[in-house]
Amino acid sequence: MSVEVDVKTLEIDGHEVSASAGQTILAVARENDIPIPTLCHIDGLSDVGACRLCLVEIAGSNKLMPACVATVQEGMVVSTNTERLQKHRRLILEMLFAERNHICSVCVSNGHCELQSLAQEQGVTHVRLPYRYPELPVDVSHERFTADHNRCILCTRCVRVCAEIEGAHVWDVMGRGIDSLVITDLHDEWGKSSCTRCGKCVQVCPTGALFDKSKIGSEHPKYPDFLPYLNLMREAQ
Amino acid sequence: MSKLKVATAWLDGCSGCHMSFLDMDERLLELAELIEVVYSPLVDAKKFPDEVDIALVEGAVASVDDEKKIRKIRAHTRTLIAMGDCAITGNVPAMRNPIGPEAILERAYIENASAQPQIPCVVVPKLLRVVRPIHEFVKVDVFLPGCPPSAQTFHAALTALINGGPLDISALTRFGA
Repeated sequence: MSVEVDVKTLEIDGHEVSASAGQTILAVARENDIPIPTLCHIDGLSDVGACRLCLVEIAGSNKLMPACVATVQEGMVVSTNTERLQKHRRLILEMLFAERNHICSVCVSNGHCELQSLAQEQGVTHVRLPYRYPELPVDVSHERFTADHNRCILCTRCVRVCAEIEGAHVWDVMGRGIDSLVITDLHDEWGKSSCTRCGKCVQVCPTGALFDKSKIGSEHPKYPDFLPYLNLMREAQ
Repeated sequence: MSKLKVATAWLDGCSGCHMSFLDMDERLLELAELIEVVYSPLVDAKKFPDEVDIALVEGAVASVDDEKKIRKIRAHTRTLIAMGDCAITGNVPAMRNPIGPEAILERAYIENASAQPQIPCVVVPKLLRVVRPIHEFVKVDVFLPGCPPSAQTFHAALTALINGGPLDISALTRFGA
């Protein structure tokens, strides 16, 4: 018996690739070893298209599309690394640096930070926008973890992992725009919240915003690889 | 070929970039064949020369004095290099920005003083409200991030600039390196 698969054929950066209907451009690109930078995307969680780093160009459209949520179409011609996209990506990274206080040299995630390494990868050697230097809280109330809002880029990975994988939905976002803040429960202290202390949010946080108190200095690599594995095991059940 | 005139300057930073510069060790001897250090905390020149080919500036702009210095340096320099994270991002000196200079001075000179607590007001330059990277004041030609940039980074960048070769900074260093 043959199973019918809806196969789409498209072109990414000049390569003919095939995909199944419903796949995202990002997923297909990665299957074919075509790199697209991402920050809010993480394998194993739903996608929200928040960071805009994965924007790609699609022939025939003036609009740039986030590859993490845009699905493939038959005959699509996708460009992932044009000069225009590189320019936008650098500016996005610069805006993230200017928005809060990212001080790499004294950050717990120095050397293990996705924002930092993306900046290097994309050739950001300085920030052309004036820094905002906002005054932001650091929540040390939890016995195991710290939330340093100075380093948060509002990717919402913590919110998604807590709701989708841990099933606790302790993290959420309050406020709007530049005043947004990730919060625990109804803006209670993390230590007094309904947190299950599983630590998944810490492991998926791309920067030094959420970190483990027991780690010192910059020796704080994150291990988010458990996510796809955990999903696979759950699906198998 | 006459030697290139190189200056280095130290604004609000810890001198770590200058230390790292000196870490070029024996490679400094090769460089000395090509450059002459005409102004620097490392040499005894009191006045910034009128014409400098390359100036390396460490530190953020944190006081009225820093601002005066960076404008003077820019006016007399062909290629201005922002050396290290303080010059480029504000880095640690800029950590006072969200709380302001008064709180910092109060903490350092009043709360933590064991004798004669008083905020210095003569000789030392007035602090700016906000510590800022140098490119928010003057045009910067080359950015060398790092805290500090490594000796290897200095060597590769200076060699490229002196010989006019290609320079890929992101391949050498990053913020916080």
